[in-house]
Amino acid sequence: MSTVVQKKGFFPVLWDYLTTVDHKKIAILYLISGGFFFLVGGLEAMVIRIQLAVPDSNFVSAGLYNEILTMHGTTMIFLAAMPLLFAFMNAVVPLQIGARDVAFPFLNSLGFWLFFFGGIFLNLSWFLGGAPDAGWTSYASLSLASEGHGIDFYVLGLQISGAGTLIAGINFLVTIINMRAPGMTYMRMPLFTWSTFVASALILFAFPPLTVGLFLMLFDRMFGANFFDHTMGGNTIIWEHLFWIFGHPEVYILILPAFGIFSEIFATFSRKRLFGYSAMVFATVLIGFLGFMVWVHHMFTVGLGPTANAIFAVATMAIAVPTGVKIFNWMLTMWGGSIKFTTPMLYAVAFIPSFVAGGVTGVMLAVAAADYQYHDTYFVVAHFHYVIIGGVVLGLLAGTHFYWPKMFGTMLNETLGKVTFWLFLIGFHLTFFIQHFLGLMGMPRRIWKYLPNQGLEVGNAISTVGAFFMAAGVLVLIYNIIITQVRNERVGNDPWGDGRTLEWAIASPPPFYNFKQLPLVRGLDPYWIEKMEGNDRMTPAEPIGDIHMPNNSFIPFVMSLGLFIAAFGAMYQVDWRASDGAEYGWAIPVLVIGMLITIGSMAVRSLKDDHGYHVHKEDLEKDDEEGGRL
Amino acid sequence: MKNGLKKWRLLPLFTALAFILSGCGEPFLSALQPAGEVAQMQYDLMLLSTIIMVVVIIVVMIIYVISIVKFRRAKVGENTIPKQVEGSHKLEIIWTVVPIILVLILAVPTVAATFILADQTEMEAVDEEGNRTALVVDVRANLYWWEFNYPDLGIVTAQDLVVPTDQNVYFNVIASDVKHSFWIPAVGGKIDTNVENMNTFYLHFDGEKAQEADNLFYGKCAELCGPSHALMDFKVQTLSPEDFDNWVTAMQEAEAEPEPQNDLAARGEEVFGEQGCIGCHAVSPAQGAGISQGPNLATLGERSRVAGILDYKGDEEQHEAYIKEWIRDADRLKPGNTMGGYNEDDLSDEDLDALTEYLMGLKVYSE
Repeated sequence: MSTVVQKKGFFPVLWDYLTTVDHKKIAILYLISGGFFFLVGGLEAMVIRIQLAVPDSNFVSAGLYNEILTMHGTTMIFLAAMPLLFAFMNAVVPLQIGARDVAFPFLNSLGFWLFFFGGIFLNLSWFLGGAPDAGWTSYASLSLASEGHGIDFYVLGLQISGAGTLIAGINFLVTIINMRAPGMTYMRMPLFTWSTFVASALILFAFPPLTVGLFLMLFDRMFGANFFDHTMGGNTIIWEHLFWIFGHPEVYILILPAFGIFSEIFATFSRKRLFGYSAMVFATVLIGFLGFMVWVHHMFTVGLGPTANAIFAVATMAIAVPTGVKIFNWMLTMWGGSIKFTTPMLYAVAFIPSFVAGGVTGVMLAVAAADYQYHDTYFVVAHFHYVIIGGVVLGLLAGTHFYWPKMFGTMLNETLGKVTFWLFLIGFHLTFFIQHFLGLMGMPRRIWKYLPNQGLEVGNAISTVGAFFMAAGVLVLIYNIIITQVRNERVGNDPWGDGRTLEWAIASPPPFYNFKQLPLVRGLDPYWIEKMEGNDRMTPAEPIGDIHMPNNSFIPFVMSLGLFIAAFGAMYQVDWRASDGAEYGWAIPVLVIGMLITIGSMAVRSLKDDHGYHVHKEDLEKDDEEGGRL
Repeated sequence: MKNGLKKWRLLPLFTALAFILSGCGEPFLSALQPAGEVAQMQYDLMLLSTIIMVVVIIVVMIIYVISIVKFRRAKVGENTIPKQVEGSHKLEIIWTVVPIILVLILAVPTVAATFILADQTEMEAVDEEGNRTALVVDVRANLYWWEFNYPDLGIVTAQDLVVPTDQNVYFNVIASDVKHSFWIPAVGGKIDTNVENMNTFYLHFDGEKAQEADNLFYGKCAELCGPSHALMDFKVQTLSPEDFDNWVTAMQEAEAEPEPQNDLAARGEEVFGEQGCIGCHAVSPAQGAGISQGPNLATLGERSRVAGILDYKGDEEQHEAYIKEWIRDADRLKPGNTMGGYNEDDLSDEDLDALTEYLMGLKVYSE
């Protein structure tokens, strides 16, 4: 049992993290690995911008460039943005609803390790013969034609990490439905919890199409099927549909939690209740719902005909309405408030114009007939970076500063935070605003180089300069994180002073069992309500009693490791069959061993009863006297 | 009405925006300098949507700036607890209904234009003798080169698309290996060349605008298709309707086996056969449509670029040098292309000279 762990060496800490089922530690795991992949993806982005800084450049070769652009997109979406959002969901949502953990702590750990091994597998492609090179969309005709194992790494890696994401989504749905504290009705849930709830529902419905698509691709590439081979009666357009039926909701899976983080920040640092709370909730749900009705706007030029294009064009425009509602409600939250420009609030304030710019180009892209011009150009590149960086990444950076004290008990340096903010914001607009025009001036996306005398030189040079500003901002953030953790100045429950929701009512970081007594929730912003009535803590909803806790488990790690091993076997058995059994004889055994490890650990999990343990009432009371550090 | 008034107020904004944007890019490449009615229609939609969006942005920015300036904590006092407003039904209704109206204003022309651009009835029209009246070009996209086949005229060319101005040109597009996308930015939006089905659309090349672009538009592949996706360019030569008829006649009358101009070229023709070039490349504008593995070379000597990308700027020597460079080093110029290079062991320098001489002489229209 890992309960009494104060001063430990490196290996006990490592073991603790490898086996943890505590949502707060899993949040830290997500934050570290998501942050690592964010740096990898950022490095890839820098190579792209350096390559395109001047015309006819040969900084990287054509084939390598395609691998980099593919891995940049795939890494940033699947391995950076999503895990970083899961980090905050894990760290904050159980606290916000007054729960002691998520509904399925074991599954929570399993979800993380599946994502982690999937991500590592995908990135090992760099060292094992080349990364995938068909774009993050991996359109079927090109991905089937792609030589080597790059696409196999993509298919298997995303399949494994996608399973992790699906598990995490289901876990949050169940948690939010079942584990709310007494009095925490749906319409009293903080917006971040609401957006996590809706995003998890989107994951539940959006990831299966991706899983199906990846399986079809996997069978085409590895076992000789012909789902997408048109010469054998297959159809490549099916892949495009499957991918975008997943891919569009995926964008909302990313942006909705970011909206949630901003909603918390606006209310907190305006010292004002979120304006139009019910409209905000309704808009969030509506965006999630409409998100499934618009995927064809990624396919306007495929030739599906004017009827399909027109219907999906109008459906896409409709999304602007609930999104607009949110923007106005955020601004009205600030209106009449008392705004304090902390680092998180700066990000939130900068988010509004940045995201509005990305949103309006989204409406422009919805104009199907005009999209024939925008599609697959740098205009689209500019648009989705405006929504993903201007929305999601600003949200993640805001969340990092905002929730850092709650996750680690220390406060990131505000001055350095503001330096990061300005470098990143200026760099972001410098990099991407000009790209709208590059696209309209005739620059297709995903091009390795552009030739001189086409009017594209100046814009690309400016864009590259901007990218360096963003990189500098990220470096300052890393420095900030390091010095903050080295100084290790501890903070209290509510370090921002204006906390409104339940997570600010308990210690930073919270004890491993979270709430000693589940709090009684008396309205929206429960902690604020108590503070306004002069209470320094929540009213408990139960007497102090024993707390039932889950045991740590190494099984999720082993289960994921098994799939990781099996993936190598599945991939190299292609070479084994191609060489008529002369080489790669180990491939099938490795596939079998990997699957046995996974199935075996599933069997152990199912057959061995694990009832967890109890934190006893007496220990909790003693803990209180010792300052809440059990 | 208020709406009418609003529109008139927007007119100067509209003009100003159009003026600013028209400065963007090169006339032969930029979608912001439309050179035909398709591109013009799309450009007008861009402007309309931009105007609506600029209005939205202005409204947002006004509320935004006032709230962050007026309600700073430094201004309202450190210990002020603002009134905890729940919301306002009136405001919620306003900012739901107004965007819906704006979206509807945008949706109507969007749907209309989408259907207009998909209208292919003219393509089927025939004259009394049952011949098609519209010009149809079958476009076949291949790994890093384009084939343009005129099925009703019995001629085929590659890399340089030749079209008449001031009439609708209809395109049937398909890919023969992986998916590409056919795009001439200045003349109209793109359409994907799928591997399994033919897509059809039309473009219209405006004669006056074409002159501003020196009668040569740039075409691009817009869908990632492999290492040399960025280099899968083609060019569009626009001719007046009369000149186009002359070009068609010349192409139709061109010999099946072009006569070499001199002895060196005659040797070149032999090399062309010995090296197996002829296995992939046709040299007659009547051959190889839809099936050949490499671009048709019947008009190679008069193409505007070598390999669609190397601009010799009318210089004959440079033209020859580029052709040689391509034959020797195709893999470096367009990584991953299906031809590959021919080094000194494959092809001696003398043979290369002869071959180049022969290829330079492959001309149909400029003779």
